[in-house]
Amino acid sequence: MTPMIDIRDLSVVFGRGPKPVPAVDGVTLALAPGEVVALLGESGSGKSVTLRSLLRLHPASARVGGTIRVDGTDVMALSPRALADFRGRTVSMIFQEPRLALDPVYTIGDQIAEAVRRHRGGTRAQARARALDLFDRVRIPSAKRRLDNYPHEMSGGMLQRAMIAMALSCDPKVLLADEPTTALDATVQIQILLLVRELQREYGLSVIFVTHDIGVAAEVADRVAVMYAGRIVEEGAIADVIRSPQHPYARGLLDARVELAGGRDRLITIPGAPPDLADLPPGCSFAPRCARVSGECRTTVPPLAAPLGRGQVACFHPG
Amino acid sequence: MSVLAASPPALRAERSPGYWRGVGSRIARDPVVVAALAVIVALVLMALLAPELAPMAPDKGSMIRRLKPIGTPGYPLGSDELGRDMLSRLIYGARLSLLMGVVPVPVAFLFGATLGIVAGYAGGLVNALIMRTVDVFYAFPSVLLAVALSGTLGSGLGNAMFSLTVVFIPQIARVAESVTTGVRKLDYIDAARASGARPLTIVLEHVLGNVLGPIFVFATSLVSVSMILASGLSFLGLGVRPPDAEWGLMLNTLRTAIYVNPAVAALPGVLILITSVSFNLFSDGLRGAMDVRS
Repeated sequence: MTPMIDIRDLSVVFGRGPKPVPAVDGVTLALAPGEVVALLGESGSGKSVTLRSLLRLHPASARVGGTIRVDGTDVMALSPRALADFRGRTVSMIFQEPRLALDPVYTIGDQIAEAVRRHRGGTRAQARARALDLFDRVRIPSAKRRLDNYPHEMSGGMLQRAMIAMALSCDPKVLLADEPTTALDATVQIQILLLVRELQREYGLSVIFVTHDIGVAAEVADRVAVMYAGRIVEEGAIADVIRSPQHPYARGLLDARVELAGGRDRLITIPGAPPDLADLPPGCSFAPRCARVSGECRTTVPPLAAPLGRGQVACFHPG
Repeated sequence: MSVLAASPPALRAERSPGYWRGVGSRIARDPVVVAALAVIVALVLMALLAPELAPMAPDKGSMIRRLKPIGTPGYPLGSDELGRDMLSRLIYGARLSLLMGVVPVPVAFLFGATLGIVAGYAGGLVNALIMRTVDVFYAFPSVLLAVALSGTLGSGLGNAMFSLTVVFIPQIARVAESVTTGVRKLDYIDAARASGARPLTIVLEHVLGNVLGPIFVFATSLVSVSMILASGLSFLGLGVRPPDAEWGLMLNTLRTAIYVNPAVAALPGVLILITSVSFNLFSDGLRGAMDVRS
C-alpha cells in the first residue's frame, strides 16, 4: 500500500553564519492511510518542526532538505498557490494553544466559514450551515449559539473542539496535531483525545500527533516515533515501545513517568541535559547522558535498525 | 450613525453584521462617550447651519462697538477688536476649525496605516527602508515641522492642512508598524496560513482586523491635536487668513485685548478645549467599544 505520508531524510536548519541550528536531522517517517503516529520527545527535540515541515510553515530563512510526499504530492515542489490550496484541504493542523490560534476579532463561526469558503466555495449561508454541522460533530453544545461566540467567550476545551472542527472543515486526509491537549486541564485532555481518535476513525484520517506525554501517545496512537535532538531514535508499535523500549532514551522517558514515582519524594530522571543543537556531539547525541555508552557511540551516529525484527531503533546497545 | 460611517471598509465586509451593532450598544452604555458624541454632533451641526444660527454676518464690524463684554444687548458673547459679533464669529469659526482638525487625520490615516502595516508585515529590509524614512520626519517636533512646511509652502488653508497631514503620517505609521509587528508573529496568523488562507486574505482580514482598531483609535485622538496645531498655525498667520473666522486665528487677534476683556478673549480657546476634549473622550470610548473582549 502506498503511504499517505512519506517523509524521507528531512532536515531543517535554522539560522546562518557560524552556528546554524539543525533542528531536524535526517528524519524518515511513513504513515499509512488511517494510521495515527505519535511523535514523542522533549522540548527542542524537533517534533514540532517536523510537523510544521509538512505544511511548509517555516520562516523563509529556514533551510529545508529531503523530500515529503503527502498522498502522492511532492510538498517541497508545490508553488505558493498550490501550497495554499494544499494547506487545509489535504493536510490541516490543530495547535497547542487554541486561544492563540483563533483570531480574537472574528466569531468562531466566521472563521470556520472562511476556511470552508476558501476551499469549497459556496455562499456564506452554506458555509455557515457546514460550520454548524461540524460543531455538532465535535459535540459542542448549543452549537448554533456558539457559532456567534468570540474566542474569548469560550473555554479552552470548547475552543480546541472548535479548532478541530475548523481543521476538519474541508475533509482533509491528514491531520497534524501539535500538542493539542497540553494547554488543557486533565479532564478536558482525555475528552479531546477521545474526540480526535473517534473523528480519526470516522474520517479515516492519517494523524501525526506531537506530544511529550507518553500517556497521551498511548491513548491515541497506533505507532510512536521517539525523537531526540532532531533525530528519530526509536520507532515502533505503541504497545511494543511501552512494554520493551529498546533505546536508552525511550526507556528513560518511560521510567520518568509520575505514575511510577509511587511513594517516593523524587521522580526518576534522565541525568544531564538535552544537548545544544548548534553544537551536537559527533556520534550519538544521547551519548553524554547514556549509561550504556561505548567508544563507538561517541564517534558514529547509530543508524536506525530493526534488531528484533519489529520497530526500529538507533542504538548500538539496544534492549 | 457616525460610527458606522467611520468604520474601515475592510472590516465591514467580513464581520458578522452583529459586530457593529455590538459596538453601538457598548457606546450607548457609556454616558461620557454619549455626551462627547453629542457635543461633536452639535459642533458639526453648528458648523453646517452657521448661516441659519448666527445672528449677524461674521465679518460685519462696527468701530464704535469694539470689545464689548459678554452680555451686551445685541452682542450676547461680546464683540471683538473690530466690533464684530463674537457669537457669530464663533459659530462660523467652527467651519474652518473643524475642517482643519478633521480633514488631515483620515488622509494621514490612509497613508500612515498603509506604510506601517506594509512595513510591519513585510519586515526586514522593507521595514527598515520605510521606518527609517518615517523616523526622519518623526525626529522633528510636530509643531516645528508643521510651521516649517506651512512657512515654506506659504500661508493658506490647503497648505496648512497638507502640512498637518505630513506631520501625522509618521506618527500613525509608527503605531501601525508596532501593532502589526506584534500581530504578525501570533499563532492565529500561522493557523490561517495552515488552513490555506492566501497571503492577501491574511493581510486584509487577520492582520488588518487586529491592527485597524488600535490604529483607528489612535488616529481619532489626533483630531484634537490637529485642531490645536491648526489653531497654532492660524495664530502664527500660516493657516487661515483674516477676515475669515477660525478659532485659532481669533485667539491670536484677541490676544491684544486680553487685559481689556479677558472673558471674551478666552472664548475661542474654550471652544478649542471643548472640541478636543470631546474628540479625546470619544476616541477613548471607541477604543473600549471596538474591543470585542470588553
